[in-house]
Amino acid sequence: MADQHPKLSTKHLLGIKDLTTEDIQLIFETADNFKDVLNRPIKKVPSLRDITIANIFFENSTRTKLSFELAEKRLSADTISFAASSSSVSKGETLIDTVNNILAMKVDMVVMRHPHAGAGLFLSKHVDAQIVNAGDGAHEHPTQALLDAFSIREKYGDVSGKKVAIIGDILHSRVALSNILCLQKLGAEVMVCGPTTLIPKYIGTLGVKVEHDLLKALNWCDVANMLRIQLERQDIRYFPSLREYTMLYGLNKEILDSLNKEITVMHPGPINRGVEITSDVADSKQSIILDQVENGVAIRMAVLYLLAGHRA
Amino acid sequence: MQKLTLLDGQKFQITIQRLCHQLIENHNDFSESAIVGIQPRGAYLAKRIGDELRRLQPKANILQGNLDITFFRDDIRTNKDLPQASATEIDFIVENKNVVLVDDVLWTGRTIRAALDALLAFGRPRKVELLVLVDRRFSRQLPIEPDYIGIQVDSVDSQKVLVSWEETDKKDQIILLSEK
Repeated sequence: MADQHPKLSTKHLLGIKDLTTEDIQLIFETADNFKDVLNRPIKKVPSLRDITIANIFFENSTRTKLSFELAEKRLSADTISFAASSSSVSKGETLIDTVNNILAMKVDMVVMRHPHAGAGLFLSKHVDAQIVNAGDGAHEHPTQALLDAFSIREKYGDVSGKKVAIIGDILHSRVALSNILCLQKLGAEVMVCGPTTLIPKYIGTLGVKVEHDLLKALNWCDVANMLRIQLERQDIRYFPSLREYTMLYGLNKEILDSLNKEITVMHPGPINRGVEITSDVADSKQSIILDQVENGVAIRMAVLYLLAGHRA
Repeated sequence: MQKLTLLDGQKFQITIQRLCHQLIENHNDFSESAIVGIQPRGAYLAKRIGDELRRLQPKANILQGNLDITFFRDDIRTNKDLPQASATEIDFIVENKNVVLVDDVLWTGRTIRAALDALLAFGRPRKVELLVLVDRRFSRQLPIEPDYIGIQVDSVDSQKVLVSWEETDKKDQIILLSEK
């Protein structure tokens, strides 16, 4: 009889690791409603009218930053944005000082991307604001994993029981770890595929299958999530040449058409066309890359809205 | 907990029928009007009203939808319990329509305030009216009054008015719950 009052189990969104399966379902159900809002003539709701959010990006970003900013604006939050490259960080200010100065301007939530793993967790222990991790080094990128799983759910109706192959630079990818945790919590089977040098040594302990043959991985999966080679995080050379990588692990139309079933192709962006995925695959009917971007706004609205409900 | 049944059985049905006849008086064949139930519990009443109107006027095309107001509430920061959002289903054009908002219980008026905001996101209605099954008098926090009233109840804040529906709760009735 009483209305339901669901709530996230966590005050910050630092990683998928901290979320329960119920949390993820709640985020999805809320995102369904926000997706409906985004398809209306007036795409804005006043939910976060009195909340101020700082977007702090210590690393470059296009999609995530724009997507968060748009989500915040659609929720009527006040936003300030900050890019480390154009700030006093280059003058030697520490992370805590930078953030505390921003909080002194009465900011309620911080959306942060940082090149070091655990930066979000560190911040959440030292400053009085809610932290949303928008990517910390090669650790986690929770909203990306949520929108990926949400897109799979949208395409197939359910994530449970689906087979998802994550293909490419697993070692340097925060998308890979968050995706593995999120998909497993939702009951999907996960496989990682890439050259031995780009697969972390003990990844099997997470309960994922490991495959080094692209064709075998594609034949196994329902969904292939293609990752970019993160050259900016590679301090040494992990494979002889990009050309060789493309020949062994690049997804092209020929391979896709040779499979005995129709799989769905995903990519978190940015795409290096012609490296991990060719243009005709990225733009094909089997690709849901742009749906992922569209869903990203709804998912981020849901996350911010549900976290804001945690403040009271 | 004390339970007092305010309305049930045949009287419940008569009340719904009376509300429908009052609506017909003002909206004729409903060609310029629409019924919009406020989610979650106003949607049950809106469906009843819609079905009854269709029975009374088989030829009329009665537009009916549901409106979710969760994201338009003003208590996200103060209410410890976040409400669960439900679906909004408005597959007609609200612009220039006479819209009848439908909810089960009118208490503080804050839900209706949020509903007006949510409704305006779909266009500019010519007129908006309010139909409620239960009007808890003398408890308004905003200048909002209903146009059509099922029953009026004098209650204090600690009491609760519950409307249950045959579809979900097995019985049509209105109950007043009092502590001790």
